[in-house]
Amino acid sequence: MLHFLEEAIKAAPKKAVEKLIVAKASRRDFLAGATAAFAIGAYATNADAFARYKTGGDFMPGGVKYDPHTFISIAEDGQVTIVAHRSEMGTGSRTTLPMVVADEMGADWDRVTIVQAEGDEAKYGNQNTDGSRSLRHHIQSMRQMGASVSHMLAAAAAAKWGVDVSTVKVGVHEVTSGSNKAGFGELAADAMKQPVPEFEALSFKDEADFRYIGKGNVSITDLHDITTGKAIYGADVSLPGMKFAAIARPPVVGSSPLKYDASEAWATPGVENVMGLRITGLASAFSPKGGVAVIASNTDAAIKGRDALNIEWGESPHSGYNSEAFTAEMRATAKEPGQILRAEGDTVAAFAGAAKTFSKEYSQAHMAHAMMEPPVAVANVTNGACEIWAPVQSPGDCRAHVAGALGMDPANVKVNVTLLGGGFGRKSKHDFATEAAMLSKKIGAPVKVQWTREDDIQHSFYHTTSVERIEVALDAEDKVTGWRHNSVAPSILSTFAPDSGHQFFIESGMGHLDMPFEIPNISVENGKAMAHTRIGWFRAVSNIPRAWAIQSFASELAHDLGKDDVDMLMELIGSDRKLDPPNQGFPDNFWDYGEVYDEYPIDTMRLKNVLKLAADKGGWGRDMPEGEGLGIAVHRSFVTYTAACVHVKVVDGQVTVPEVHMAVDCGYAANPERIRSQMEGASVMGMTAALHSGVTFENGAAVEGNYNDYEMVRSTNYPLKTHTHIVEHPFSVHASGVGEPGLPPIPPAIANALFHATGVRKRDLPMGVDV
Amino acid sequence: MTTVNINGVDTALDGPEDTTLLWAIRDIAGLTGTKFGCGAGLCGACTIHVDGVAVRSCQATVGEVAGKKVTTIEGLSADGDHPVQVAWRDINVPQCGFCQAGQIMQAASLLNENPNPSDQEILEGMEGNICRCGCYERITAAVKQASTGI
Ligand code: FES
Ligand code: FES
Repeated sequence: MLHFLEEAIKAAPKKAVEKLIVAKASRRDFLAGATAAFAIGAYATNADAFARYKTGGDFMPGGVKYDPHTFISIAEDGQVTIVAHRSEMGTGSRTTLPMVVADEMGADWDRVTIVQAEGDEAKYGNQNTDGSRSLRHHIQSMRQMGASVSHMLAAAAAAKWGVDVSTVKVGVHEVTSGSNKAGFGELAADAMKQPVPEFEALSFKDEADFRYIGKGNVSITDLHDITTGKAIYGADVSLPGMKFAAIARPPVVGSSPLKYDASEAWATPGVENVMGLRITGLASAFSPKGGVAVIASNTDAAIKGRDALNIEWGESPHSGYNSEAFTAEMRATAKEPGQILRAEGDTVAAFAGAAKTFSKEYSQAHMAHAMMEPPVAVANVTNGACEIWAPVQSPGDCRAHVAGALGMDPANVKVNVTLLGGGFGRKSKHDFATEAAMLSKKIGAPVKVQWTREDDIQHSFYHTTSVERIEVALDAEDKVTGWRHNSVAPSILSTFAPDSGHQFFIESGMGHLDMPFEIPNISVENGKAMAHTRIGWFRAVSNIPRAWAIQSFASELAHDLGKDDVDMLMELIGSDRKLDPPNQGFPDNFWDYGEVYDEYPIDTMRLKNVLKLAADKGGWGRDMPEGEGLGIAVHRSFVTYTAACVHVKVVDGQVTVPEVHMAVDCGYAANPERIRSQMEGASVMGMTAALHSGVTFENGAAVEGNYNDYEMVRSTNYPLKTHTHIVEHPFSVHASGVGEPGLPPIPPAIANALFHATGVRKRDLPMGVDV
Repeated sequence: MTTVNINGVDTALDGPEDTTLLWAIRDIAGLTGTKFGCGAGLCGACTIHVDGVAVRSCQATVGEVAGKKVTTIEGLSADGDHPVQVAWRDINVPQCGFCQAGQIMQAASLLNENPNPSDQEILEGMEGNICRCGCYERITAAVKQASTGI
């Protein structure tokens, strides 16, 4: 996300076009054959085991790296160490990518140690753990590096035994040729001196021979440490002489303290210092908001001291931000024509000639991520260098931004990545690490900055608030002939550049432009909405309001026309086809999650398939008792297809969810066990988003502050059973990620189920638990 | 300074008696398995045992546990093989893992008081522990497995 934002800002308004040219040029080069840019095996075919394909990973900062020396080492005793270069925030990528290496190289998982890479994209390739990209962009390089080492071990063994390499077999952690046999450890030193084979020279395992990939038989590497309290998250790092800080940040972005009285803070036992931090406004990217920091000898004293500050905050240009009025404004805007982003056919004529029209409006409040681990970071600035320990999703970006804030060469900034106690997009923004670095520099000692839950919810980079209005034209046979979808929401771009009030190509690419229905006349529009708080991204980003709107609307339309929801969706999606963006009115800068479109086209067959799968498994069409209903929704996001069939049961006037059936098509399923856990998690977070998640603003400040008023689904009312149905594919169907795509279908499926259970239609998120 | 028995060791905790127990455990005793999630008794991430019973350490002070036995996740079992921990691993409960120490301590206390809870008793007994990653289904299954062996 960040990378694309920076691209968008650099050359606005032409940036998107430039980006596309880059992409096209690369693609042409690529199709013409391997070039210097892809020296390592662009699209070389390697029997049927592994045909290389192009991913957007090559366009990301740092790209994708293939050097096994960077990622893999083997000790004399045979212990294999594999580097995890992506951050672990709960999706399992820290386990799954090394697991792919281990399988392909023949390593025994029990003899593998994983070490976390520091932030260094020149060395490790792109590390920005975001956008459901870890598997999508790195599974091929992991296979390749694993195979490389396997070949190097074989070559070393052949040399050692004086046999032809073709007689050498690499088994599980051992190498054999006839009666010769050696463990990986014995061969390690020689093997790692062998030249790294080119992709074309490699042979890969057949899928049937995989021991871990695709099996789901490997537990996450941190499982034991997590269950015994030994796993290290951001706040668990401790340095000698370290000080503890809590910060009072401006409740309204951009407001400064008119005056503050720190006497009570100073009087708090353990408080050692109080200092101001520069206030920043919107469009400051990930710069800290500023405020007043309290430094103490432990976290308790820092928080108590911070809470004892008496600060009078001044006005800011955003002090008039009130959610209720703002939503009303967005509703009014949504009813007017917006900027047209995609025009297919003649929508004006379709509506003019319609037998009838049907329109609905759907809204969503801001959301904060509320990951269990609030933001926290440790920094130590000494002698012109800085070392950070933090739970960050993008250590490479963190490094660059901290260097910028301190006026240092990034070469002198080291970012160590701890485990993340949840991320969900919040920890892509490393303002907390910058705070720690700035404070450490000021006081000349290591500093840990700990955010409280209130800090987290009230100083977030929020999921945007939105109104999505959809209107269709129907002919006399109830066939939809025209589609108009106006999306009104403050843009993420406002956090990085002066606000135009309009969304940019990434937001438009998430379920808005790429609406997959087969309707001859389509107008995708964007109305203006100015940001008044810091807008960021939240797991699944704009896909949440788009799926909410489109999938609720389809159900409402079905009801209006007396049709079944699934039949309606199948009719709307239409024929089996791959959307053809250039010929369907898409803009030139259409963003397909940063991928080359032809590698990951919008495939309606796969979309319909997950819809059918969820419907079948969920028992769609069966009679439901009074007060119970099924609801369905289907959505493509991050090039993965998901559908949810949700069973809602109203108990004592409250929405409960006894069962969810999730169907997911993420191409080749590398780790089905973690795919399931992601779908289960998305089901829970989707229910929280549907019922509870709303941060509201009054006079510019967030009202909610902790889990009492920003509620979470709990054990007494969660989706009791989430069944995950994974569409099976061979490796040739490109693997895609699952961290985000499970979420978007859940809220509309719940609303649709609630409607079928009760006749009550909810159109505003959060909808509340009470019916 | 207050002396508190933590995981069987008498531990001197510097600072005032009203120091929040959670931060004393983490910052002063250096036991970081116990987590901060909300500071308000709302999430359960900070759950420990005081004399065998689950307590939210963010809502207790050092003074309140003087002379009592405090158990943190690090002290729940010698080798990490408390039945709850074993069940947690069998079922691959965690995602990010951050809530799990608190979940495990809560579950262990629940089973201590009620070795054979009904499904409903498990759900109610775990209500104070939030998992933002959404591991509830596996948490429930793991508590059940720890109680029944299945
Ligand atoms: S941190 Fe104690 S209950 Fe949340
Ligand atoms: S596993 Fe992440 S909060 Fe529970």
